[in-house]
Amino acid sequence: MHLANIFTIIIAAVFVNNFVLMRFLGLCPFVGVSKKIETSVGMGFAVMFCMTLAGIVTWLCNKYILVRFNIEYLQTIMFILVIASLVQFVELFMKKFLPALYQALGIFLPLITTNCAVLGVSILNIDQGYNLVETIINSVAVAVGFTLALVLMAGMREKLELADIPVSFRGAGIVFITAGLLSLAFMGFIGIL
Amino acid sequence: MNIIEAFKNGLFKENPVFVLMLGLCPTLGVTSSLENGLGIGLATTFVLIGSNLVISLLKSVIPKKIRIPIFIVVIASFVTLVDMLMNAYFQVLYEKLGIFIPLIVVNCVILGRAEAFASKNGLFPSFIDAISMGAGFTLALSLIGSIREITGNGTILNIYLFGSGFEPALIMILPPGAFFTIGLLVGAKKYFEERR
Repeated sequence: MHLANIFTIIIAAVFVNNFVLMRFLGLCPFVGVSKKIETSVGMGFAVMFCMTLAGIVTWLCNKYILVRFNIEYLQTIMFILVIASLVQFVELFMKKFLPALYQALGIFLPLITTNCAVLGVSILNIDQGYNLVETIINSVAVAVGFTLALVLMAGMREKLELADIPVSFRGAGIVFITAGLLSLAFMGFIGIL
Repeated sequence: MNIIEAFKNGLFKENPVFVLMLGLCPTLGVTSSLENGLGIGLATTFVLIGSNLVISLLKSVIPKKIRIPIFIVVIASFVTLVDMLMNAYFQVLYEKLGIFIPLIVVNCVILGRAEAFASKNGLFPSFIDAISMGAGFTLALSLIGSIREITGNGTILNIYLFGSGFEPALIMILPPGAFFTIGLLVGAKKYFEERR
């Protein structure tokens, strides 16, 4: 396990293959929850928490259940069930033991089940053949990239509230155009690796 | 249940992509060409039909409290089926669409129709609903795919449309082009609605 290898995974996940802007995963919360910086940071942390946990659990399930019993074709069914129950469990756990954190992240947690980024990262970890350490690093880095995109977008949207936008483009229209410009900027990172 | 009405609903009035803004990830992720858009659109329609039919059949057996996990398992089973069928018969397309095929399972359109329609209606209306919603989704994806392929590559279904002097705007088939296309389409739709 080289340090350079870890560094490559992090840079690739945060910038070069940014999940939202380059791979188009997790777009629903990106459009839905990016109105304010505060909420987008909250969403970012909720996703980071669930994504890392889901990454670890699905990796273990894949290795010790699916591969072991030779039933890899059940991957999609198993992963989505694991993620859905995991999110539910995290919600219950937080409500009981970490009420302050639950207050802050509460409303975002149920949304995460249908967040394709979480399932996406679980499948990609397996496809790339990462080991457990690489899986954890990749999951965290992807979530950091997701949060980065969300916060950048929220910052711009807060300013856009005051801008004089053509009526037809108010709302979703301008959000997509702005995301396009942001994605254009992120394409500049492709040369790094 | 009026069939024509249902199709109008799925294609225009409640178009999953342009009106409801559901299923955005595949809408932008795979629509760099008409072929890809059509491929994921039809795969999603297949899953939608299957899950709507099964859920409509089982609606009286499924306990209310755990209905969502059951819906998800039904949907995931059909996604696995599509995944295997496409891998067997459409290898090239399968590799191009990649991770977006297993991700059909988290497409909100499918779960949305299961919850809002199939769990309350009979077999035939659910079937019509699935086909019309699937058609609306496929239409939207094909439209975005065509726009991006024509402007970004100068082709449609790999047939060259313009002479050799045409310089395609490569950006349109790259990620930013997807955002620009849907942004402009949503804006244009709103503009025409307001004028009416």
